[in-house]
Amino acid sequence: MYFYLKNLGPTQQVGALFIIVFGLLLLSSIVAFVMSLRDYGDDEAGDRRRRELKNLDGVIRTSWFMVFVFWVGWLSGPLVALTLFGGVSFFALREFMTLSPTRRGDHRSLVLAFFVVLPLQYWLVASEHFDMFAVFIPVYVFLALPVASALANDPLRFLERNAKLQWGIMVCIYGMSHVPALLMLKFPGYDHKNAFMVFFLVLVVQFCMAIQHLVSRKLKLPPAAPAISQSFNWPSWWIGVFIASLFGALLAGITPWVPGTAFAFSFIACVAGSMGHFVMKALKRDRGIPSWGGEMRAVTGAGGLLDRVDALCFAAPVFFHSARWYFDL
Amino acid sequence: MLAKLMSYFLLGLIRFLTGAQARWHGCPPKAEQRIYFANHQSHADLVMIWAALPKELRHITRAIAAKDYWTKTPFRQWITTAVFHVIYVSRDRSSDEDPLEPLIDALSNGDSIILFPEGTRGHTGEPQAFKAGLYNLATRFPNVVLVPAWINNVQHVLPKGEVVPVPVLCSVTFGAPMQVAESEDRRAFLDRARHAVVALRDV
Repeated sequence: MYFYLKNLGPTQQVGALFIIVFGLLLLSSIVAFVMSLRDYGDDEAGDRRRRELKNLDGVIRTSWFMVFVFWVGWLSGPLVALTLFGGVSFFALREFMTLSPTRRGDHRSLVLAFFVVLPLQYWLVASEHFDMFAVFIPVYVFLALPVASALANDPLRFLERNAKLQWGIMVCIYGMSHVPALLMLKFPGYDHKNAFMVFFLVLVVQFCMAIQHLVSRKLKLPPAAPAISQSFNWPSWWIGVFIASLFGALLAGITPWVPGTAFAFSFIACVAGSMGHFVMKALKRDRGIPSWGGEMRAVTGAGGLLDRVDALCFAAPVFFHSARWYFDL
Repeated sequence: MLAKLMSYFLLGLIRFLTGAQARWHGCPPKAEQRIYFANHQSHADLVMIWAALPKELRHITRAIAAKDYWTKTPFRQWITTAVFHVIYVSRDRSSDEDPLEPLIDALSNGDSIILFPEGTRGHTGEPQAFKAGLYNLATRFPNVVLVPAWINNVQHVLPKGEVVPVPVLCSVTFGAPMQVAESEDRRAFLDRARHAVVALRDV
């Protein structure tokens, strides 16, 4: 598979991936549809099956959406891709801030976060100011936003409110912006194929999350931190990370790496992503909700976008910086 | 034409900022004559509840706006008449005319109306006591369906005195229709109506 993919031209690679990805999606959609035709009866087990199916349906639908968005971004160049990822950042941050209640004094800092920090961060990506891009949020915004909050003259739970805002920005803007930033790196001997890196990262991380989900469901081991997550346990975590890294090594043909290095980079991205997902679960428990959409959907209208992209938000900065370091860019 | 564009722009804006989700909890959206009454915390409330209604109902549902504030500048007047078709009520009680007169006209014409019975924007989160207008209209038009609604989170979008709105997810929950009970007095009904609105916060 490695040599096969490596020897294809970029257009052929795109074509091959197109067929693989859309084929897989189509297949899973058909399977889910056929399963939904079955009659499960009205008892408890039937209800559970139906709920599971609904869950699966949601995952498939998001995957369709993500792949579609990705393809549009691909076809229309890095600027459109940047705008799309900026949009995802915006909606994810909107979800995050909705469920972390803010006070009136935070209004100005929220305006800054949404309408100044977010566009600036993506502009820094677009203009390839990588040194500034890496420190803009952790250094400058880290100081500027609390100043805006403090000027609002409201000391009640000041640290907590600012920490929440800071976290929202780090995850939703800083983390997310590293995904399209991959499009701007100039890897040696890898012209015009950067979109594959984005694709590689998204696919491997999502694959890892899916495998972990399935394995922990099958194995039913005691959870490592039951108060945080019922499904997280170390064996299925290892299995998920390992299988996804192998999958990454298989895809090495579309990256600038040989299979061994691709395995290592997939491993790094998967560890960061799945750990980040776990941390976000702890945040959700703190807010007393099962997921960013889920039960609270009724009240806030949250679509649960953050649930789907949080792993990516944590994986992308680590992946980006290690890739930069590896190629000494 | 301009008004149509403006209404699309406002709809798009409110969806972009808040998601403008409608939750029909106690009744379906229906083309019958209704009085929607809701909590009031922000100017955006009007746009929120208007955006939450289906397109067909938006044309026959009119909101109430304070005359002195919303006719002060030509732009405010234009946006409230051409885009929202609001009903103006005067807040000063010096004039002899019944302040409910314009509402009674609208209801007699068969329009549905959106009412904020607190009278003014609150800022505590808990709605203030309801004013008598709702009771007077309900007894005068017993066939009009009264629908309570809770507008969630909007105060975070645009607090009083701020100019730039902030994106936060908001929703409008519509509750089960209610009526003035046989021989129910004014205060009792208004308290019951207020509870019906507050109860929707937690469903």
